[in-house]
Amino acid sequence: MSLTFKSIATLSHDLKTGEVSSRQLVEQAVARIETLNPQLNAVVCLEAEQALANADQADAKRAKGEHSPLLGIPMLHKDIFCTQGMRTTCGSKMLKDFVPPYDATVVQKLRAAGMINLGKCNMDEFAMGSSNETSVFGACKNPWDMTRVPGGSSGGSAAAVASGMVPLATGTDTGGSIRQPAALCGITGLKPTYGRVSRYGMIAFASSMDQAGPMAQSAQDCALVLNAMAGHDPLDSTCDNTPVPNYHQTLEHPIAGLRVGVPKEFFSSHLDTAVATVIDTAIRELERAGATIKAVSLPSTDLAVSTYYVIAPAEASANLSRYDGVRYGYRCEAPNDLQDLYFRSRTEGFGAEVKRRILVGTFTLSAASYDQYFMKAQQVRHLITQEYDHVLDEVDVIAGPAAPNTAFALNDTSKSITDMYMEDVFTIGANLAGLPAISLPAGLVNGLPVGLQLIGRRFGEAQLLNVAHQFQNRTDWHTRRPTLEAVR
Amino acid sequence: MHWEMVMGLEVHLQLATHSKIFSSSSTQFGAEVNTHTNPLDMALPGTLPVLNHEAVTQAIVFGLGVGAEIGKISRFDRKNYFYPDLPKGYQISQFFEPIVKEGIFDVPLEDGSTFPVRILRAHLEEDAGKSVHDAIPGHTGIDLNRAGTPLLEVVTEPDFRTAEQVIAYLKALHALVTYLGISDGNMSEGSMRCDVNISLRPNGESAYGTRTELKNINSFRFIERAIRVESQRQQDLLEAGHTVTQETRLFDPERDETRAMRSKEVANDYRYFPDPDLLPIVIDDATIEDIKASLPELPVAKRRRYTEELGLSNYDANLLTQERATAEFFEVVAQTSENPKSAANWVLGDVSAALNKEGISVSDAALSAIDLAALIGRIDDNTLSSKMAKDVFDALWQGETNVDDIIDRKGLKQVSDSGALEAIVNALINDNAAQVEQYRVADEGKQKKLIGFFVGQAMKASKGQANPQLLNQLLKEKLG
Repeated sequence: MSLTFKSIATLSHDLKTGEVSSRQLVEQAVARIETLNPQLNAVVCLEAEQALANADQADAKRAKGEHSPLLGIPMLHKDIFCTQGMRTTCGSKMLKDFVPPYDATVVQKLRAAGMINLGKCNMDEFAMGSSNETSVFGACKNPWDMTRVPGGSSGGSAAAVASGMVPLATGTDTGGSIRQPAALCGITGLKPTYGRVSRYGMIAFASSMDQAGPMAQSAQDCALVLNAMAGHDPLDSTCDNTPVPNYHQTLEHPIAGLRVGVPKEFFSSHLDTAVATVIDTAIRELERAGATIKAVSLPSTDLAVSTYYVIAPAEASANLSRYDGVRYGYRCEAPNDLQDLYFRSRTEGFGAEVKRRILVGTFTLSAASYDQYFMKAQQVRHLITQEYDHVLDEVDVIAGPAAPNTAFALNDTSKSITDMYMEDVFTIGANLAGLPAISLPAGLVNGLPVGLQLIGRRFGEAQLLNVAHQFQNRTDWHTRRPTLEAVR
Repeated sequence: MHWEMVMGLEVHLQLATHSKIFSSSSTQFGAEVNTHTNPLDMALPGTLPVLNHEAVTQAIVFGLGVGAEIGKISRFDRKNYFYPDLPKGYQISQFFEPIVKEGIFDVPLEDGSTFPVRILRAHLEEDAGKSVHDAIPGHTGIDLNRAGTPLLEVVTEPDFRTAEQVIAYLKALHALVTYLGISDGNMSEGSMRCDVNISLRPNGESAYGTRTELKNINSFRFIERAIRVESQRQQDLLEAGHTVTQETRLFDPERDETRAMRSKEVANDYRYFPDPDLLPIVIDDATIEDIKASLPELPVAKRRRYTEELGLSNYDANLLTQERATAEFFEVVAQTSENPKSAANWVLGDVSAALNKEGISVSDAALSAIDLAALIGRIDDNTLSSKMAKDVFDALWQGETNVDDIIDRKGLKQVSDSGALEAIVNALINDNAAQVEQYRVADEGKQKKLIGFFVGQAMKASKGQANPQLLNQLLKEKLG
């Protein structure tokens, strides 16, 4: 019996009844990774033996009558989360041999909930990219079409779930890095409210926006995992102590009367027309479920990308200063002096996109340009936040596309750097405003998945998951699977 | 031309918290290298700072102590620069909104007047680690024990005109922070480090000249010396028609000179921006009131009380209040003995000399304030002569207790019974007829010498226990 593509809820039930063991799940996941990964390149670190030992422990607990919902379920972490004793690279040569002496809070929480971590997923270097092509391990491929990108930066996580390697992978989202790859790979990915999930042990890119979240086959699975991920962490000052509801409990609430806002700016010239049609159909589906659709406006949407590309690189330029070749990480051969050590370690250790953003951030923070760039961007960020808050006073959720297009070709030289940055045009607003947002499969265009994005109020994850689940009750897009013909 | 020196100070105070400002590592001085470190102190990827509220409380205590305004909302910023002992590549500091804002700190001068110094701001920040040379041949080692130790940087306006004012300010600051218990102020261990911004301008000129910054000078004596050397250097330059270059300079006490460290023209653009990892520090009025209520009596109030209520001189009051432990010791002695002046003399005299000799602080001495008060009591009731009192003091210093027991055991009771003394004096006059005769015809100078002779003899006869004042008086009468 194939266990691939079974939902976490089903697997949890099967584990409880003894129909299947955690060892079987892990063995099957390992086998599938070993089969698919040489071509997909979604997984950059596989620790099968340790995972099997942990699976046996989970089975022993189940045998003793312990049945927490995630106990014994296999999963993968994005390689941005520090895992004690397990190499953590952040997709960079800089950290290619870095083995953390501690676990990220997310890692610790999911282990405490009983999940079995098999290893680490590929990603854009330091989470900087929308195609997973900036990884030191090379590009990850989209399971729906091996000539296309899975999106990024959590491309490996999205591809691993979409190809049925594991039912759950963690991701992080600073400007769309969970939602855009989820959309391009046809899975469900949630970026929680900033402060909902601890950032401790998650390698920083842009600290004021980085947020971890679940990537799975359905909103229901995301809800089960978010229950375990969310909550206050004394090790992260920005992690909020708002009580964590049971996200699973409210999934079946009817959405009749729900007010859905559709920003006209999300249907701009940036949006592929076929994708627009799919999104429009999906929104009509919400309407059929009893929701009221309302046209709204987020006038500063066009400013979001440039605002983000000032603030995120600025924070990154400081966050990445610690990679200096002095204490850990890549260090150049035989430095002549201190300056040479810094210069060559960082020149050789970082990839082009990371260096570009460090330079941009260093520039925008410099005394001569601070007011003109960094300060101005903070002001626009404030404005964008106000616009979102204002719209969310009138509607319950905002709906629109997660990405402007379906998965694009690998090594697409016709796509400029700024074209690549425009991939985030619809996702960045939620990061700038700190709002929760989810991407869920809404249809296919030329055999490639399209993601519907729903944005909610701060700490409104329960409602987002509820709406997404109701959509998934009425549609089967989230159950569509890639054929993986090219891999087999 | 006559020149006026203009100086402003930046003092880094290491706060007396148990753990670091953003991590749980210990702040204890002198541990083996890199043992007071955790993943955060080493800036491992993914680690995040969590503010130690003890540091915030101590900063508020300081602000109230110098009469400054407390920032109701203050924030942390990142100061970016690369250096091997700065693990994150940025220092967490407060640039835009410091926790302590403007205030005026009254610095006492020896003549009893005060010199107001305008405090511009004081902000919290983390210390860097240390580069260790020579430990590993051919390499520089990094010790991160100190990295993350909380510092309070106290910045003044350019209000100083003389080295004496600078030293008086630093001493008063030292007294204040040790009183408040927020820093041990130990300069040799780096708990109090001073940067002096110094410039010259012609007398009567209102515009400031170009300044240099003297960095990290670790004793009062060197600060005074560095100021003199640097002001002379600037004066020589200016008088020779040259200009002063704005730069950071180091004082070399061996060569008695300052030399350029790095030029401001090539100095870092620190690219300050708000640290997104930390929330703003929000302080409400109730917190400030609570802390205010818990403050000890400050040196300035103590000095006023010592001169006005206890009748001490400004000079003594200044000395007694420089360290909280000394002041508290003095107050117990003064109160118990009911003789503040004598208490001050003992504390600033014999006690201070003995402490200096052993290089310890009053809180480490075996001598108790209660015993010293008892000793003063025995002087005041004429039981002990001042010479005897020194014997008893020595015994107390060695750790003996109970003044009366010591007096009994040493048989040190002073003879003040005039009958007994009279008998001794009469015997002396009978036995020394020649000297008595000489006394009667001698001039005043010679008489003094002869009185000395008789006192000596009488002391010998009384085994040192005769009350010298009484003895003098009796001898003068009898020899008359």
